[in-house]
Amino acid sequence: MAATSTSMDAERGILAGLLRRPPAVAGLVVLVVIVALAIFASQVMPYPPGQLSIRSRLQGPSLLHLFGTDEFGRDVLSRTIHAGRISLAVGGTVVVVSALIGVTLGLFAGYFRRLDPPLSRLIDAMMAFPDILLAIALVAALGPSAVNVVLALGIVYAPRVARVVRASTLVIRELAYVEAARALGVPTPVILVRHVLRNLASPVMVQGSFIFANAILAEAGLSFLGVGVSPDIPTWGTMIAMGRQFMDQAGWIMWFPGVAIILSVMSLQLLGDALRDLLDPRLSRTT
Amino acid sequence: MTIAVARDVDQAPATPLIEVRGLVKHFYAPGGRIVHAVEDVDLTIGRGRIVGLVGESGSGKTTVGRTLLRLIEPTGGRMSFDGTDVFALSAREMRQWRRRMQIIFQDPFSSLNPRLTIRAIIAEALDTRGYAKGRARLDRTVELLELVGLSADHASRYPHEFSGGQRQRIGIARALAVEPDFIVADEPVSALDVSIQAQVLNLMEDLRRRLGLTMLFISHDLSVIAYACDEIVVMYLGRVMERGSSRDVRIAPLHPYSQALIAAAPVPDPSRRRVHVPLGGDIPSPIAPPSGCVFRTRCPKALPACAETVPPLTDVGQGRFVACLRVGAGGVSL
Repeated sequence: MAATSTSMDAERGILAGLLRRPPAVAGLVVLVVIVALAIFASQVMPYPPGQLSIRSRLQGPSLLHLFGTDEFGRDVLSRTIHAGRISLAVGGTVVVVSALIGVTLGLFAGYFRRLDPPLSRLIDAMMAFPDILLAIALVAALGPSAVNVVLALGIVYAPRVARVVRASTLVIRELAYVEAARALGVPTPVILVRHVLRNLASPVMVQGSFIFANAILAEAGLSFLGVGVSPDIPTWGTMIAMGRQFMDQAGWIMWFPGVAIILSVMSLQLLGDALRDLLDPRLSRTT
Repeated sequence: MTIAVARDVDQAPATPLIEVRGLVKHFYAPGGRIVHAVEDVDLTIGRGRIVGLVGESGSGKTTVGRTLLRLIEPTGGRMSFDGTDVFALSAREMRQWRRRMQIIFQDPFSSLNPRLTIRAIIAEALDTRGYAKGRARLDRTVELLELVGLSADHASRYPHEFSGGQRQRIGIARALAVEPDFIVADEPVSALDVSIQAQVLNLMEDLRRRLGLTMLFISHDLSVIAYACDEIVVMYLGRVMERGSSRDVRIAPLHPYSQALIAAAPVPDPSRRRVHVPLGGDIPSPIAPPSGCVFRTRCPKALPACAETVPPLTDVGQGRFVACLRVGAGGVSL
């Protein structure tokens, strides 16, 4: 039986497999730290993120303010931690939104032959636009707000999920257990959920980790360009946008949120890479 | 159709459970070309009998099995199942009808959803029989597992915890859960080790006797077919070449293709050697099947006339039917 390892076997070993890969471990550790900081933000922030102190404005990193202060004397460390909450929340919900749209599109395109050509063309058309450009257009149409940024990015990334889901569905649709269910007279919606969707978890998970990383970056980009979430809400993107004016005198205002973006995006990418390798049966033979 | 009513082979009952007439399945390949997967196939399966469908890969035997269950929609033909024309049923009626026919798959690894426990797999089948969640369904699950030689504590496990033979038993239990009258067994043992093949074949024979199952047994392995079946239907490139009782076809095949198939099967006794009829080349493309007799391009006895007419499946007596110009009445080679 060992020779006939199935996807279930593979999944049991995923965590073990991740822990055997140093880049994945690094990614996992950094991600856990960032997420923990975001969750326990109110406990770990040394100052309230909005606290103004004109006397201590534009101070460099010191023991009092580890990451320095911004033009209003607000503590950059506290604001970076607080902004992480928004950035991660936006990233996470974008993953959920794009997964909902993408899985639905991909499932229908993959399972129903007649729907495949129109849906596939739609997916291709959406993927033909550069991500940020499409996102800007969508936000411009919907109006800038946190919800609309999430919606816009969700739509932008949905085709990536849809493509992967469609490809996997095309394979699963032909497997004997789907045919067995049809032979039993199981209704199609039940087949789609019980037999197809349940076996799509791994590829969606891999895509999700990449979309998470991209969404954090894209949100920062949108906020930097002024079409993201409201500038009053600190996100890593808005912090960089505001700090840009003081780049020469007080670079730290934008360095630290920048480093936060790099760390979170890289950790997610490393994790996603490792997951993809582990879940790809052609590559997992080497482990 | 020029086919006479099937003669009694042994003691075949008067009304067969399944009568297929003129079954045709065409697939459409890119460029508007037509793949002639199944052409004009007739089948008769009596109640409680196992009919074996044999042929090399590409002969359309699996497509026949799938179309009978309407897992693939047939292009043409009729199928009477216990008096009902199954091909004429609407999708809704078909859903109800499905519990009367089931399928056992070749690959025991892809036939079970890796994410479901054995209990959930059997439950899905029991659902269609109206077993609600609860005691009765659990009892029935255990009963079915025991019927196929597994035990109650296997129910909570996942498919990957089982060997190929055990998985095939689970697949059989799932098929039996709906209490079908008719089962298509599509190469049920060809993915298994030889030692396990015998176990599963014995199980199927046992179930046939206890439950009175009627089966279409599809295989490319003649020794398996000969062991398991009452009757043999030999297919080549979508058409039936020969049909007769298992014993007759095995001992005295009439069609040159059957003869080649039998000769190619290994003989367990090394001192008995058969005259080997080598069959050159590959099966032709079903997109452009040869004119006349589809087997003529590889037939050692082909005549110029074979290219002109499609030989009809002709009754040659003793319940045997052969589609060959060179086989006359009484099975005499011309």
